[in-house]
Amino acid sequence: MDWALPPNYSTHGVVIDQLFWIIFWLTAAAFVLVEGGLLWFIFKYRSREGQKAHYTHGSNKLEVIWTAIPVLVFAVLGAYSGTKWAEIKNASGFPPDALQFQVVGKQFEWNITYPGIDRQLGTADDFTVLNQFHFPVNEDIVVNLESEDVIHSFFIPELRVKSDAVPGMVIPVWFDSRQAGEFQIACAELCGLGHYRMRASVTVHETADYEAWLASQATAQ
Amino acid sequence: MAHAAAAARAPERGLDVYTQKVGMWVFLCSEVMFFAGLIGSYVILRFGASDSWGQPGEVLNVPVTAVNTFILICSSVTMVKAFAAAEADDQKGIKLYLFLTFLMGAMFLGIQAYEYTELILHGEWQGSHGFTPQAGLYGATFFTMTGFHGFHVFLGVVCLGWAFKRSLAGEWGPKNTHGLEVLGLYWHFVDLVWIILFTIVYLI
Amino acid sequence: MATMIAEATGQAILTEEHKQSFLRKYIFSTDHKVIAIQFLFLTLFFLMIGGFLAMMMRYQIAWPDQPIPLGGIFPESMVASGYILPEFYNSLVTMHGSIMVFLAIMPMLVGVYANYLIPLQLGAHDMAFPRLNMYSFWIMIPAGILTLSSFFVIGGAAGAGWTLYAPLSARPDLTGVALGQQMWLASVVLIGLSSIFGSLNYITTVINMRAPGMTWFRMPLTVWALFITAILGLLAMPVLSAAGIMLLFDQTIGTSFFLPEGGGQPLLWQHLFWFFGHPEVYILILPAMGFTSEILAVGSRKPIFGYKAMVWAIISIAFLGFIVWGHHMFQSGMNPALGLTFTISTLFIAVPSAIKTFNWMGTMWRGNLKLHTPMLFAIGFVAMFAIGGLSGIFMASTPVDIYIHDTYFIVAHIHYVLFGGSLFALFGAIYFWYPKMFGRMMNETLGKIHFWLTLIFFNLVFFPMHGLGMVGMMRRIYDASGYRHLEGIADTNALITWSAFALYASGFLFAFNFFWSLWRGKKAADNPWDATTLEWQTPSPPKHGNWAEVPVVYHGPHEYSHPGVTDKDWLAQNERPDVPSPAGGH
Ligand code: HEM
Ligand SMILES: [Cu+2]
Ligand SMILES: [Cu+2]
Repeated sequence: MDWALPPNYSTHGVVIDQLFWIIFWLTAAAFVLVEGGLLWFIFKYRSREGQKAHYTHGSNKLEVIWTAIPVLVFAVLGAYSGTKWAEIKNASGFPPDALQFQVVGKQFEWNITYPGIDRQLGTADDFTVLNQFHFPVNEDIVVNLESEDVIHSFFIPELRVKSDAVPGMVIPVWFDSRQAGEFQIACAELCGLGHYRMRASVTVHETADYEAWLASQATAQ
Repeated sequence: MAHAAAAARAPERGLDVYTQKVGMWVFLCSEVMFFAGLIGSYVILRFGASDSWGQPGEVLNVPVTAVNTFILICSSVTMVKAFAAAEADDQKGIKLYLFLTFLMGAMFLGIQAYEYTELILHGEWQGSHGFTPQAGLYGATFFTMTGFHGFHVFLGVVCLGWAFKRSLAGEWGPKNTHGLEVLGLYWHFVDLVWIILFTIVYLI
Repeated sequence: MATMIAEATGQAILTEEHKQSFLRKYIFSTDHKVIAIQFLFLTLFFLMIGGFLAMMMRYQIAWPDQPIPLGGIFPESMVASGYILPEFYNSLVTMHGSIMVFLAIMPMLVGVYANYLIPLQLGAHDMAFPRLNMYSFWIMIPAGILTLSSFFVIGGAAGAGWTLYAPLSARPDLTGVALGQQMWLASVVLIGLSSIFGSLNYITTVINMRAPGMTWFRMPLTVWALFITAILGLLAMPVLSAAGIMLLFDQTIGTSFFLPEGGGQPLLWQHLFWFFGHPEVYILILPAMGFTSEILAVGSRKPIFGYKAMVWAIISIAFLGFIVWGHHMFQSGMNPALGLTFTISTLFIAVPSAIKTFNWMGTMWRGNLKLHTPMLFAIGFVAMFAIGGLSGIFMASTPVDIYIHDTYFIVAHIHYVLFGGSLFALFGAIYFWYPKMFGRMMNETLGKIHFWLTLIFFNLVFFPMHGLGMVGMMRRIYDASGYRHLEGIADTNALITWSAFALYASGFLFAFNFFWSLWRGKKAADNPWDATTLEWQTPSPPKHGNWAEVPVVYHGPHEYSHPGVTDKDWLAQNERPDVPSPAGGH
């Protein structure tokens, strides 16, 4: 049994995983406090002969304490999450020289349009490949997500990237991979009867290999 | 029973308003949210696609609807009068004003039906003949919002008819005003919603 | 005057009882207690159906390459040569969620217990509008029939998820489900109407029909929770109705509110749905929190710790509940700038939940804990709800949500709050109020066995789902094989499925206890738990009209172990005006 986050290869993933584990330890502490407390109370205060409960209506001091602590923790967590979120998702902050792709979801396949050798989308050397996503390692990638029919969701677990593809919208998504390798795109949003098999392969190449692959595609066209 | 004990045993004071009226207030809150859902969607859809929207007066017949709006506002006035008449035990007044309110509500529906028929048969919108719920978002939102409002007017008219029928038997009077007051609340609400709809759908 | 009228109506109602026909008394009854019991049977039935759908899903996920046993009894459109079809699986997912939310948990929390408890705990003869109350039950019947029969129409039942995201839900050509989806929408509009009628009644009753002395801050927490829940339902359901009607038009008459081809916006659906949906999840938890508070006080023989803090927590949850909906849409393509706002509001809505958890623990602290079945379920609620609330924090943190959104982590979260939370509390409530409803006790031993089985198997089913979510298993998938990142999870899925079967089976132990006790249960005393609230100061079961004489309230709702009372450890709300007690918390 394997209950762990898969290895992470992306820059954003570092932040995401770090936050995940911060929250994990915070909630683990709260978990122990609550569950441990309950067990202890059950054991300690379970009804016995002649025992009488302590009559109290509460304590304002305690209320203030256990309101203030979560508020503080959440304020810090919220501010930190919000900052990181903006860095990852705000399109205005995306690197201008990122390599752009167009990815169009469609029941039940992913169409990937490549910028070609000139690295520009919308030029003559663009080409589209079905269910195969190749891109170079250590480079900022921006995918412009679209959908032809229903909502799909573009999910590459090892790169910690996920975003819905919504018909009528173009949604830019920024990520990278710091290692070459083979991954998969999974569809994470219910999109019909073939939702479960709506996947595509992802190949992250060393830069030179990516260029070779592009060239091979160009000749194949 | 001793006086002090009796006082202690009066039910807790709520809003000091009788139950049916509280009920109507509560119900109207829910109606507000229903129309808020429709109107909010309208605003978002229109904002997102402003070029595919008709100019005021381009498709819709504003003068006729203005008259209709006026009729509905008048019917709110007569509804107030009917309630006042009931409080004053003016039986003739009750009958007269309830009938007028009923009549104007029905007229509103008649004119709306006429408006719909004209639009569907002869409306002109973006080159196509006939303005229907299928005529883009403009048609869809128009018919959905005004249609649901019309449905509310219809329910009100049915209740007004019932209230009028009871007035013929002299059932309303200073001792029995609650029904009229509650119905009046509903009726004013429907009127208010219409004024908002008229403004955003026809005039803007 | 008022008393005399009240007394007179009470008498009138009591004598009226004898004159009623069987039909008026038990079927088309306007008595809130009868309506509550009708709701109880209806919702238990749907709980069983919803659970059954889940069992089929679990089989498919654990053993996608094996035909299901007895597959032959299903029509070919659902199970072909022994295999569940993917489109049927989508219907299962959709209808499981929808039935559980709209036909099982929500009407059980509100239809059953708001109906049963509000008049009794407030000392009223009945609801403000008994006839409307009866309609609110009978509207559920066509809604239920529509839901069930939609499985058997051409194209099958709705299959776009309980959240029915457009365009999938709006375009039959993309799912193959036309009529089924429309029936679903029609039934939701009906359920909305029923719930609005109900809310109207509950709110008015609470405002206007409290017994003398039942001030706002002497109301039991259950009533507070149900009152606020009713407000949420009143304001949220109509938005769903409006949205549902627009979606129905998109489906049937060719509008395109949510279809981009015609200029519509798919995300508008999500905004409307979650504007309803988040308050809805609090509709599903607040009453459960109310029951838990009540049972914990009774079982601990202590007043609620921080009664007023609890009330304010409920109120602030309701308020915040309307401004957090965007947290379901972080990855939806919505403007990311909105993400920050919704993160903050979402984290803040976790604060009142935390406050409540601490106060529940405070209530048990230095108590004299009677660990009977309702108490076990109430403690179970606190323990499980805490896990669900904590997992919510992961998702509220937007960067983390990028990864776990739409994975099994969400499924785990939902079930810790809705099953571990709402349903645990409901089990507790059923055991607790059963003697009042039916005049007999449920069997304690069976109840305890049921509790332990439920607790163990519930956790075996849903805890590992956090792990599956971490691995990256997507929600709502029919077959997880073929994904490289999901290769190691088959054993976990099998464990979950076996445990799910056991969990479902332990439900039948409960059902057996429930029905057996109807006839064979020990006769219940009027106040078997030595509880203080008004419903326990009437006969079990209470008569039509509830009180021959309206009770007068002198004390707060949970006066246990009061030092001024020496002969017993509880002080009913309507007894001993000479014993001073604080109005509420202090
Ligand atoms: C205590 C604090 C809570 C927090 C911080 C919280 C947070 C969240 C967030 C952020 C999501 C969306 C996750 C995603 O889809 O990516 C979510 C989903 C959900 N939550 Fe909560 N939640 C809390 C409590 C509750 C409660 C009390 C309930 C119900 C009783 C509930 C029921 C649900 C359901 C049903 C969904 C999933 C809806 C769906 O997509 O089908 N949550 N929660
Ligand atoms: Cu999909
Ligand atoms: Cu939510």
